[in-house]
Amino acid sequence: MGEGIENITRRRFVVTGTTLAGGMALGLVVPGAAQAASPEMGARYWGADSVDPGEVNAWVLVNPDDSIVLRCPMAEMGQGTGSGLPMLLAEELECDWKKVKVEFASVNRNIRENNVYRDMLTVGSRGIRSTYEYVQQGGASARARLIAAAAARWGVPVEQCSAAQGAVRHVPSGRSQRYGQLAADAAKITLTAEPRIKLPVEFKLAGTRQPRLDSTVKSNGSAKFGIDTREAGQLYASIMSCPVPGGKLVSVDESVIAGRRGIRQVVKLDDAVAVVADNYWRANEALKALKIVWDGGAAATTDSGQFAQAYREALDGPMVTARNDGDAKGVVARSSHVVEAAYETPLLAHATMEPCNATVHLTADRLDIWMGSQSALANSRMAAQLTGLKPEQVYFHQAFLGGGFGRRSNGDELRHAILVAKAGKIDVPLQLLWSREQDMRADRFRPQSAIRMKGALSADGRLDALHIESVCGSIQRSSNPAAAADGLDNTALEGIGPSVPYNKVPNWYTGLLLKNTHIPVSYWRSVGGSQNTFYLESFIDELAHAAGRDPLEFRRSLTDRADALAVLNKLAEMSNWSSKLPKGTGRGISLADNHGAIGGHVAEVTVDDKGAVRVTRVFAATDAYHVVNPNLVEAQIEGGVIFGLTAMLYGDINVKNGAAQENNFDSYRMVRLADAPDVKTALALTGAMDEKGKPKWGGVGECSVAPIAAAVANAIFDAAGKRIRSLPFKNIKWTELTRL
Amino acid sequence: MARFTVNGTVVTLDIEPEMPLLWALRNEIGLTGTKYGCGIAQCGACTVLVDGKAVRSCVLPVSGAEGKTITTIEGLATEGRPHPVQEAWVAEDVPQCGYCQSGQILSAVALLKQKPQPTDADINTITNICRCGTYVRVRRAIHRAAASKA
Repeated sequence: MGEGIENITRRRFVVTGTTLAGGMALGLVVPGAAQAASPEMGARYWGADSVDPGEVNAWVLVNPDDSIVLRCPMAEMGQGTGSGLPMLLAEELECDWKKVKVEFASVNRNIRENNVYRDMLTVGSRGIRSTYEYVQQGGASARARLIAAAAARWGVPVEQCSAAQGAVRHVPSGRSQRYGQLAADAAKITLTAEPRIKLPVEFKLAGTRQPRLDSTVKSNGSAKFGIDTREAGQLYASIMSCPVPGGKLVSVDESVIAGRRGIRQVVKLDDAVAVVADNYWRANEALKALKIVWDGGAAATTDSGQFAQAYREALDGPMVTARNDGDAKGVVARSSHVVEAAYETPLLAHATMEPCNATVHLTADRLDIWMGSQSALANSRMAAQLTGLKPEQVYFHQAFLGGGFGRRSNGDELRHAILVAKAGKIDVPLQLLWSREQDMRADRFRPQSAIRMKGALSADGRLDALHIESVCGSIQRSSNPAAAADGLDNTALEGIGPSVPYNKVPNWYTGLLLKNTHIPVSYWRSVGGSQNTFYLESFIDELAHAAGRDPLEFRRSLTDRADALAVLNKLAEMSNWSSKLPKGTGRGISLADNHGAIGGHVAEVTVDDKGAVRVTRVFAATDAYHVVNPNLVEAQIEGGVIFGLTAMLYGDINVKNGAAQENNFDSYRMVRLADAPDVKTALALTGAMDEKGKPKWGGVGECSVAPIAAAVANAIFDAAGKRIRSLPFKNIKWTELTRL
Repeated sequence: MARFTVNGTVVTLDIEPEMPLLWALRNEIGLTGTKYGCGIAQCGACTVLVDGKAVRSCVLPVSGAEGKTITTIEGLATEGRPHPVQEAWVAEDVPQCGYCQSGQILSAVALLKQKPQPTDADINTITNICRCGTYVRVRRAIHRAAASKA
């Protein structure tokens, strides 16, 4: 067994705390008897960086006792891919699922072994849909080698052998050998051709409801997140970036912390100050006490009011054409029934529960990194550049991620850790942890945007044309000003441009103006759909009401896509759409085509006469075409509703004097149990094949986030006749809102 | 010197009396199951039991824990058997990212001590934040744990 496997086993049994005093074991975690025969994930997600002699290939390791280790190339941040992809591997391998252990594939091996695990990029709800082919191939290839090894041992043709439940059987004679007996030989087999991978109709394990593999380690405190890294001699750093993004550090008065216990040094970067100490709290308290002078530059005079006005005014300016079907401008100009509305949404922070952090140990010829990242491979390469080491000298230990949502990709926290370790000449492990305040204010936010939409309705209530003009922050340009040179950034178009569930609107224009400020913006769960689906689905509701048509039936008339119709039909059924609701309650529908799946909601709300809204129930239907594990798909859908609802009800980041003002959960409020609706989920899987004749796989991390805001806003309209055209709802002045 | 009992073991630490219990647990004792989320008693990721009551350890200085009995997530199991709330959590597959779950579980344990058969309104008094939005299953797991004890 590899060193990683032994350590996982040890750590499962004893949670040992390393202390400055020399170590203390205060918690004992002994797995229950039931767990002995369950597939599992260790408390430590990352695997060994060395090649194990027991591995059949890079994906599959078979131990002599028949236990199996499967390597997963995707991060585990709650989305469940760490449980799902291994099911696909096991499906092809034909092993005993109960004997499987899962670990994160080694980034270092990926660098050394010609990208055997590919991009290792866990973003865009692509954990299954972009990986299934090579992951299934890894499992199928390992199975073929095990069969070939058995056939060679018995001197029989491979065609006479079959594999099932972790053993190869010679069918004519009934002879059988377990994988554990065959693995060493199988590793030496060279296949003349790769076996074909299974189609979903051939699946036995994949597609069935299974428990997630990390529930136990995440219920007993043993799961290791990046923040839990404790290496011998480790130091801790807290850092503060210039509150105005792009600003610079002028000076630091360190005298105020002179003589404080445990403080090792103050490290000054161009745009940040860090304090290094033997205990994080000491570091952070000292950092807070420092007298720091910043130069925010010209941006230090800006605020959210200016931004909002500038985005609104830009709607009147020139646009770059992103989509132009038919003659939307002409049809709108000639129409006698045009509906027009302007909407806007603010900046949003990611606010992952685990504040961003990275632990690094930098030596002359090796860098070890412990953190949770959505982009471990790209982060490793960035780390090599920052340190001058070769990529193969970087060892990335992928911990569980305490939430990702798009924040844990670009490695800002890792860059900080490396720069502090370098500048401070720190040769012991250094954990750099962003305080919550730093995490929120130094975020790369969901872009701010404003939009104007016009719809032309025919006399009989058909939607003849949609005319959309959007002003939106560009994610691509935010990290690379030369990007989106043609003025189009797909991330700003999701939900209003190409990726919409409707294909029967004859005239459709989408114009886009990219507009950035000094505030960095980035991917935020459901990306463009987070604002654009709110806009489009609210506006379609406006159009349906203006046309005197039922909002669900109106949507059906806008599409003949099987996936969109399947979701609409499922929603109608599960929400009992045509039933009457009592006074003061309302029901709203919304639909999205977002990152690989069609997601739709019917939200039910109660609204009192002062405008207090309570979201009571959400019905969520999803077409993700094929899914690996319905249990985890449903969890993603349930959670996405809450994530999107927080943004709808409470989410905004306001800028004052160039700096984000909200910096913790008191000012940046979250949905809690008391305002969390009941969420009923249903899958409406159409199981389609793609244009290449391959099974179409969905991605479900984001398709339930995008539609929830409009579903709730439309339900509020249904209940109270008031239209919500800007978010968050908490800022709505109810009495000033006209009843329509 | 700070002195209290953690998961059945008496701990004596030579640390500042104002150091929050959270950081004593995580940095001085090495019990990392208790999480840092906000530092201002908002999110509840740092929840531990102090003399049986749910407390946000990020704002409790160790001086306030003097002589008290602390239970962290690592100490919730008895004789190797997970607490019924932990069993319910696994049965319902509550965790997603998992970061807030230690605090959610300990808040649920404390609630069930006060209200062995909690209503939904009782459950709503738990204010721990879960960014992944596991609330539907948190609620289900608390009801399941209550039923298993009934």
